Amino acid sequence: MTDGIASDRSETVFKDFKSGFSREQALVEANRCFFCSDAPCIKACPTQIDIPQFIRKITTGNVKGSARTIFESNILGMSCARVCPVEVLCVSTCVYNGLDQPPIQIGKLQRYSTDFAIAEGWRFFAAGPDSGKSVGLIGAGPASLACAHELRRHGHRVTIYEKRTSIGGLNTTGVAPYKMKADCSVEEVAWILGIGGIEVKTGVTIGVDIAVKDLEQLHNAVFFGAGLGADTKLRVPGEHLAGVHGAVEWIESMKLARVATAGVQHCVVVGGGNTAIDAVREARGLGIPRVTMLYRGSEVKMSGYAHEWRSALPEGGCAEWQAIVTRFEGSQSVERLHCQRLDAQKQPISGSDFVLDAQLVLLAIGQSKLGTLLAGLEGIEIEGGRIVTDAHGSTGRKGWFAGGDCRNGGKEVVNAAAEGKSAALAIHAYFSGGKHA
Amino acid sequence: MPDLSTNCGGIKSPNPFWLASAPPTNSGLQVQRAFDAGWGGAVWKTLGQPIQNVSSRFGATKVRGLAGIGFSNIELITDRSLDVNLREIYETKKMFPHHALVVSLMVETRQEWQDIIKRSIDTGADGIELNFGCPHGMCERGMGSAVGQEPSVNQEITSWAVQHSTVPVLVKLTPNVADILPHGHAAKRGGAHGVTLINTIKSVIGIDIDQFLMEPRVDNRSTNGGYCGAAVKPIALHMVGALARDKSFGLPISGIGGISNWRDAVEFLLLGSSSVQVCTEVMLRGYRVVNDMVEGLEEYMRKHNFTKLDDLIGKAVPSFSEWGNLDLNYETVAKIDASQCIGCNLCVVACHDGAHQCIHPNADEKIRVPVVDESECVGCNLCQIVCPVAGCITMAEVDNGFSSATWNEHVNDGKPLRPKKGVHH
Ligand SMILES: Cc1cc2nc3c(=O)[nH]c(=O)nc-3n(C[C@H](O)[C@H](O)[C@H](O)COP(=O)(O)OP(=O)(O)OC[C@H]3O[C@@H](n4cnc5c(N)ncnc54)[C@H](O)[C@@H]3O)c2cc1C
Ligand SMILES: Cc1cc2nc3c(=O)[nH]c(=O)nc-3n(C[C@H](O)[C@H](O)[C@H](O)COP(=O)(O)O)c2cc1C
Ligand code: SF4
Ligand code: SF4
Ligand code: SF4
Repeated sequence: MTDGIASDRSETVFKDFKSGFSREQALVEANRCFFCSDAPCIKACPTQIDIPQFIRKITTGNVKGSARTIFESNILGMSCARVCPVEVLCVSTCVYNGLDQPPIQIGKLQRYSTDFAIAEGWRFFAAGPDSGKSVGLIGAGPASLACAHELRRHGHRVTIYEKRTSIGGLNTTGVAPYKMKADCSVEEVAWILGIGGIEVKTGVTIGVDIAVKDLEQLHNAVFFGAGLGADTKLRVPGEHLAGVHGAVEWIESMKLARVATAGVQHCVVVGGGNTAIDAVREARGLGIPRVTMLYRGSEVKMSGYAHEWRSALPEGGCAEWQAIVTRFEGSQSVERLHCQRLDAQKQPISGSDFVLDAQLVLLAIGQSKLGTLLAGLEGIEIEGGRIVTDAHGSTGRKGWFAGGDCRNGGKEVVNAAAEGKSAALAIHAYFSGGKHA
Repeated sequence: MPDLSTNCGGIKSPNPFWLASAPPTNSGLQVQRAFDAGWGGAVWKTLGQPIQNVSSRFGATKVRGLAGIGFSNIELITDRSLDVNLREIYETKKMFPHHALVVSLMVETRQEWQDIIKRSIDTGADGIELNFGCPHGMCERGMGSAVGQEPSVNQEITSWAVQHSTVPVLVKLTPNVADILPHGHAAKRGGAHGVTLINTIKSVIGIDIDQFLMEPRVDNRSTNGGYCGAAVKPIALHMVGALARDKSFGLPISGIGGISNWRDAVEFLLLGSSSVQVCTEVMLRGYRVVNDMVEGLEEYMRKHNFTKLDDLIGKAVPSFSEWGNLDLNYETVAKIDASQCIGCNLCVVACHDGAHQCIHPNADEKIRVPVVDESECVGCNLCQIVCPVAGCITMAEVDNGFSSATWNEHVNDGKPLRPKKGVHH
């Protein structure tokens, strides 16, 4: 095992849901792209990758240039190619949609070029001359990695503090294994760190091992990229029973180690967001015969993506809409859930109680916000647990910057990558004493 | 880092990619945007007595829904005033001192040539290109291809231009001739510093079959146009190569015709061009196509350990030979990689109907992989060309025991030839 990732971990049973392109497939698809001007797909990408240009380079056999175009905008372009919800980002805006023809498979083309680059060990960026300035980054997730890489290009010294033993944040510990497995994320991190000069201190929890305020003594600037916290609890009786887990915590165990599924006949996933849908597909993929999503809202109102739910259905995912858990029961571990239906106004319908037998329950009703970690720092504004910054990632306190889930409340890897990079440019401008470009 | 800079007949540019004289070089703002996008040079839209254009002007062939594989136009030289053009050339040159800025010219009398050359040079331009190529409209007025098709007129006008010019003079040749060599030599005798080719090919792009009208339609009639775009590349390559391998010629060549990407450009460089010019691809997709051209060329040079353009310019010229010097005893046969074959049998029908009946369906009906009869395969490449799976059919060299023998050697020295294949006696 490397960096806290077991080789016999549960996630290894999963196959890619979207397979990679062969050279021929990539050429056919790339040649379909119109090379639009002022392309809508670029605007729909949070990192603004020049999509038509990278696709054109595939058609001419300039795969290296294609990869460079991608990484120039997004250093996490390889994982984003796999994990981005392209159906609601770039691909959703492709002009082919207006022709009633299949849109360009941008993610798969991006994967084609970036896989090549990482497999071949191509490097595109060098560290800038030493500026003498040092930046401390909290968390080794996508936001901090994108920030650190960009800072190195400008010659700043970089130290990342990560409380886990594994690096990559939720890209390593959270994303569904049929999109990307942990080792793939770790490989990308190693490739990013290849720029040199990024020190990663794992097993260091800021706020515990090092006081938040002490970072100001250690560094000239600090980037907060700690993501989100623990799974939210339901606060109903019986939640402490064995077999009831936070979904993100359970997914992390599945991705890095093993989760027990023996004897589980029915798994209930509570929630209606993307983590809930992922958990449904993952539980089914691990061979649990029955998996039910229990959501208090209706199908049309669920916050999870419709395209993800459509993929879960043929895999055997079921749902109980407009229902809540009132109590868990079991002698040692969970055996059943007492539930109740809700009406359109989310009010309990009396007499609608029902019971579900289940041996595994995954709670996917959200994650806590980590803003409180910075609560003691004067000048930093926290809103609903999120760190408030300007458009480039500067907080109200001099030298403090933030990006990723802790700033946006929980979006996608690609948003974290965009915000991390943008904050790096803000930090560089701060050091240069100038305004942000 | 490979050095992409070039010197074509004394005109220097940071990379070999120039915009050809055409609508993309109509105005200062355009050329400035192009230089910002990465173009190394530009030949300004041909100046002369400003003309009046028709509408419509362009036509295109469509292949699988994509327009522009072949492209045609019936527009003339610039329709903007000479003063405005010259002022913009001056401003652009000042902004981009290291880029190649060439002025394309087309006028009639000696006096006009003298005047316009003087005024063009005054802008600070790096070179002059004589447009002896336009095959429509201007030739009816005794200019363009009417000049390019008459070696004596070509030579004479070239010599006037060279006399009056203090910067290098390129002569842009027309492909609308049976043999390009006398025309290249006429320019050389006139004192040109280099030649540019090809201009567009006289053509009719198509007919509207329901309205019984030729295209592009100008009300109820049309005229022959100039053909260009990806489809003309083989013709252009031939003409560039023909001049490049003529040892008595030796002038630098700026290659044009159907260049859409870095690969096409590399082909022109390998066949002896020291700069390349692009028109149609830019008209269809914009200046930004140069990004991949520069990057692709750079990567290609790295891959082959070329450090400067001279390392590759002309590198394929020695392979361009007379038919009579090809080795008749060199033998290849088609090999099918059964593991890649998808069983479409396109190779079978192509060989049966279009070649020498030597690929056959598998005798076992359950197996779709065809069988090559190597004893009859003439090694024509047709099956490889039609096969939809890249790398499935390869043409393998066969050692037939015969030493090499060209037609010329056979006729002159009686060298023995291998037995013919695929003739089915
Ligand atoms: C189950 C799940 C599935 C997802 N699937 C997708 C997907 O398919 N596609 C997609 O684009 N996005 C997906 N996301 C969202 C995506 O993973 C996040 O948006 C992204 O990882 C956020 O990056 P980040 O760097 O802001 O935070 P994180 O990835 O959360 O990284 C933060 C890091 O900070 C560390 N840390 C936290 N506190 C401290 C501290 N006090 N001291 C030191 N280190 C600390 C953490 O250990 C972690 O490594 C998913 C999220 C979840 C929960
Ligand atoms: C619309 C159009 C206008 C052109 N005008 C000129 C011109 O004014 N002078 C000239 O020398 N060539 C002119 N050309 C020819 C181009 O410069 C070029 O030689 C030709 O198009 C072949 O290159 P391509 O295949 O890259 O288009 C014109 C071509 C087109 C399509
Ligand atoms: S919108 Fe679609 S067709 Fe246009 S550039 Fe983007 S991917 Fe290509
Ligand atoms: S391309 Fe521009 S000038 Fe030409 S027809 Fe279209 S809108 Fe008019
Ligand atoms: S054309 Fe190629 S793929 Fe088709 S049958 Fe022949 S060898 Fe097989």
